[in-house]
Amino acid sequence: MSKIQDALKERILVLDGAMGTMLQRNQFKEADFRGERFKDFPYPLQGNNDLLSITQPEAVKTVHRLYFQAGADIVETNTFSATTIGMADYHLQDLVYELNYQSAKIAREVADEFTDRPRFVAGSIGPTNRTASMSPDVNDPGFRAVTFDELRMAYKQQVEALIDGGCDVLLVETIFDTLNAKAALFAIEEVKETRNLDIPVMVSGTITDASGRTLSGQTVEAFLISIQHIPLLSVGFNCALGADQLKPYLKRLAHNTTLNISAHPNAGLPNAFGQYDQTPQEMQALIKEYLQDNLVNIIGGCCGTTPEHIKAIAEVAKQFKPRQILETI
Amino acid sequence: MAEATKYLKLSGLEPLIVTPESNFINVGERTNVTGSRKFLRLIKDEKYEEALDIARNQVEGGAQIIDVNMDEGMLDGVHAMTKFLNLIAAEPDIARVPVMIDSSKWEIIEAGLKVIQGKGIVNSISLKEGKEAFVHHAKLIKRYGAAVIVMAFDEKGQADTYERRIEICKRSYDILVNEVHFPAEDIIFDPNIFPVATGMEEHKLNAVDFFRATKWIRENLPYAGVSGGVSNVSFSFRGNDKVREAMHSAFLYHAIKNGMTMGIVNPEMLEVYDEIDPVLLEHVEDVLLNRREDATERLLELAESYKGESKSGEKAVQEWRNHSLQDRLTHSLVKGIDEFIETDVEEARLSVTKPIEVIENHLMNGMNVVGDLFGSGKMFLPQVVKSARVMKKAVAYLLPYIEASKDGKSSSAGKVLMATVKGDVHDIGKNIVSVVLACNNFEIIDLGVMVPPEKIIETAVKENVDIIGLSGLITPSLDEMVYLAKEMDKLNLKIPVMIGGATTSRAHTAVKIAPAYKETVVHVNDASRAVTVASNLLQAETRADYADTVRAEYDKLREGYLNRSREKNYLTIEEARANKLQLDWNNFTPVKPNFIGTKTISVELSELVDFIDWTPFFQSWELYGKYPAILTDEVVGEQASHLFADAQKMLHQIVAEKWFTAKGILGIFPANTINDDDIEVQPTTNHQPPTTFLTLRQQSQKTAGAPNMALADFIAPKESGKQDYVGCFCVTTGFGVDEKAVEFEKQLDDYNSILVKALGDRLAEAFAEYLHLKVRKEIWGYASEERLSNQELIDEAYKGIRPAPGYPACPDHLEKPTIWKLLDVENKIGVKLTESMAMWPAASVSGYYFAHPQSKYFGLGKIKNDQVEAYAKRRNISTTLATKWLSPNIAD
Repeated sequence: MSKIQDALKERILVLDGAMGTMLQRNQFKEADFRGERFKDFPYPLQGNNDLLSITQPEAVKTVHRLYFQAGADIVETNTFSATTIGMADYHLQDLVYELNYQSAKIAREVADEFTDRPRFVAGSIGPTNRTASMSPDVNDPGFRAVTFDELRMAYKQQVEALIDGGCDVLLVETIFDTLNAKAALFAIEEVKETRNLDIPVMVSGTITDASGRTLSGQTVEAFLISIQHIPLLSVGFNCALGADQLKPYLKRLAHNTTLNISAHPNAGLPNAFGQYDQTPQEMQALIKEYLQDNLVNIIGGCCGTTPEHIKAIAEVAKQFKPRQILETI
Repeated sequence: MAEATKYLKLSGLEPLIVTPESNFINVGERTNVTGSRKFLRLIKDEKYEEALDIARNQVEGGAQIIDVNMDEGMLDGVHAMTKFLNLIAAEPDIARVPVMIDSSKWEIIEAGLKVIQGKGIVNSISLKEGKEAFVHHAKLIKRYGAAVIVMAFDEKGQADTYERRIEICKRSYDILVNEVHFPAEDIIFDPNIFPVATGMEEHKLNAVDFFRATKWIRENLPYAGVSGGVSNVSFSFRGNDKVREAMHSAFLYHAIKNGMTMGIVNPEMLEVYDEIDPVLLEHVEDVLLNRREDATERLLELAESYKGESKSGEKAVQEWRNHSLQDRLTHSLVKGIDEFIETDVEEARLSVTKPIEVIENHLMNGMNVVGDLFGSGKMFLPQVVKSARVMKKAVAYLLPYIEASKDGKSSSAGKVLMATVKGDVHDIGKNIVSVVLACNNFEIIDLGVMVPPEKIIETAVKENVDIIGLSGLITPSLDEMVYLAKEMDKLNLKIPVMIGGATTSRAHTAVKIAPAYKETVVHVNDASRAVTVASNLLQAETRADYADTVRAEYDKLREGYLNRSREKNYLTIEEARANKLQLDWNNFTPVKPNFIGTKTISVELSELVDFIDWTPFFQSWELYGKYPAILTDEVVGEQASHLFADAQKMLHQIVAEKWFTAKGILGIFPANTINDDDIEVQPTTNHQPPTTFLTLRQQSQKTAGAPNMALADFIAPKESGKQDYVGCFCVTTGFGVDEKAVEFEKQLDDYNSILVKALGDRLAEAFAEYLHLKVRKEIWGYASEERLSNQELIDEAYKGIRPAPGYPACPDHLEKPTIWKLLDVENKIGVKLTESMAMWPAASVSGYYFAHPQSKYFGLGKIKNDQVEAYAKRRNISTTLATKWLSPNIAD
């Protein structure tokens, strides 16, 4: 049993908050994204946050450090879009291994600065910008912009680099199309088998709106059934909704599984300008309800959350025991 | 907390959890090409929209899982499975239930697993090919996240006794659970449902053994389920639905009692157990449970009394005349009845202020219903063409009033120019598309047949058309289309092009035409798609997206095509010749023909009627299926029967009133093969020099032992010392067809105009068949003993062949002028050749006769440039010209 599994038995683990929100505070320009190394790269690179792990590693490390200082037990690598599919927009497919490896390595370095209690690095595996079970073209519903095998290959490469860089756990997150996640899980199983290693896997779906379904149309229960064929450390939801809107779906999840439950909601819903303005205190109050209702084992934040939010969440998480998984009848 | 209890849990968009409290799970079986002819046809014709309707009906009808099977020899199963499941994913009302991926081929199963986001069931795997493959597949299924059906089948064969069933299921279970660590609750056994009451002693226990095995599995293999295909059990009562329905429900009743958890069932073929006639039930259960020695005989006897039990209720035909005006107009349009249309239109005209409103409201409402029904596969092409006829008559009636009130015209959905390209005379398909588009409010400018490219472009520009539709049936038309696309590109035209016609294809359009023109070029395979494509091309909101999608799709197709054709291996023409078909000329002496020389043939049309092959006739109306089975087909049978009745009626008139004239000419000549590929023909008049038929030879690499064939191989080579013979012919029934068609068009009757042309074509083919028979039995006489039925003729069961230039065995159209010269066709019977070597009139057939008993039809396939160059020399034309004529067959 890994250290993270031991830790989960003892306490509610706190996941970090948003990376993008924090990096934006640096107001990096095109030249900063490029750094020395990509000074003459023929395509624009501004906005490629994952690249900053290579060109501005100190800025990324600072964010990780702030979250650990705020009380996070787990930080996520800066690799949300670091697959050949995600990097194609920037013509940086060839850099994928290095992006993941470096991101995991610097997160590991920061985690190792903290010696008070075990701190963990979760390799962030995003959904990519394509969907395997939906057509981008309304006139051609049978069309697919990406296939299972293309996703599987892309994920495999990401997973190998994340493991090589020193992740403790893999986090398949922001799943809006379950078939994409199944390709990621398939790739993880392949890597585990060829390397003969075991690494815990967290799965986190996204309920897009009040329909209570994923973007690809699955209900909470159908989603859960569809991803349980490989051993998981936890299952949960993140993004799209704030803590209050997410709660009913977490309840349905908790009711139907003996797996650990994770949640990292947004800081409320975005305002008219696309900004998140839920305060750390407001979010803390909502998370406290989660804890009182015995809903979660791992809790953190997604879009719009900051170290201040995580600090408030960590404070309240400390006061509760982890969700008890009831023995089966 | 139900979590850790081991229940089978499946998902589509919604969960399906099988608990002990669950009733029997029924799996929909209609989306299975092996079980549903209708579904097979829809998939073959790529009519996925309608195929989806079948899936939807299943789910609406209560199927909790849908079984999808694409195992059919002529289908690309991987493609069909992927495509259909992708389309299902876009239909939430279908995708809510889990999918059962049903195939005996692993690559199809895996293709299915790669496109379902939920947890489905694989149907099935087994120990048939040994443990290694079984374990490998099970591991992958687990990794893809699906449950599995395991057939009671092992290396020794399919389990057919109770003992074999439990032995195989136990062994499979142990391997899966202990070695693969497959979740036991995700295993479902199919212990084989076999037919009973077959009359065979060894089948008596088939149902009983299944029940016992089911019970044993549920008691001894923890958490595993049991499934099966129920309709198998009643196999010997096909055609007797009453008995089958009773057997299915009685079987299920007992199987479920013994622990069967799910099954593949057609809900429409299921009687309610309690409502089965008690006498029938007793007889059925006697068989299922093997309760009496004579159970089978007794059930068979009883079954006789249920045969053909069907209900019919003819309603008062004219009742609809009492309905509201709109309903009456809609009824007339939908049913294609023109009897009352003028009366009703007049009534409508009096009820509105401007006559144009009758078209815009009353008639368009009706046509919209037609469009919806056609779009959803509930109406068929012949019906739509009849609807159009009624519509045209209604509009014609209104026109004088509209012009009198000078309101101008109603706005059209778009202007479409339609043309059959230069050198080609075939227009049935083009006319059908025109009619369908016109029904949908498109304005059609039909330039007819043999339209030169300059005229198409000039008219398109002058009339400011929105779309150009090009049609062609013979292969040179493909080049005409490419040429036209290039010209339009040079002129920077912005008009999208639709391509259709028998020789055109998506592949050709993507590979050859689309790259030649900057604007959209799209292949339209059948008339039912024409409206959607035309609308997509014109609607401001979708136009750009649609153009991009088509372009992207064609780019991909082209890439795939080019990659694929590169992979093929070809022989040089010398190597191909070395591997020619070697017939044993030493032990074969060609039959000397009873007649040598040329002769013209005339025949009464009435003699040809029995020789008509009706299947292609239905195809030309987009009704697919073999005649005569098509007349009773579950989907198109009714329409096919109506069409057939109309055709018979017209055929009768054609024959009785001599609408057409049948003329033919044939020649049989001494001949020998020279230089491997040439057939030297000795004309019978002394002063004529020998003529040569040039044949083309297959060049693709064959499997060991298979020859690279050319038609010349069927004729004795000169060096064999044997005198052989070859024949050729041209027949037509086309004189009179166009005149009749024009007459009908003048009466605004497109339906009969198309019908008369279609019948002209059929009669010409029938004439060719008739003449071939005469040649075999009398004129040449090499098969004077032949006695074949019409069906056997159609199935080409006879000796010898009559291949036609322009078709797969000899795609070279330039052989036609040789035949024309040899037989003096144009002077003798009046059939002409166009510049593209199409025959005029269109209802004509020409070809060769080969008599050797081993001669057979084959496809030339692709040839290489070395053969093209050699051919150019043989034909004495430039390589460029040879390339132009043979291009559809030249490998890239």
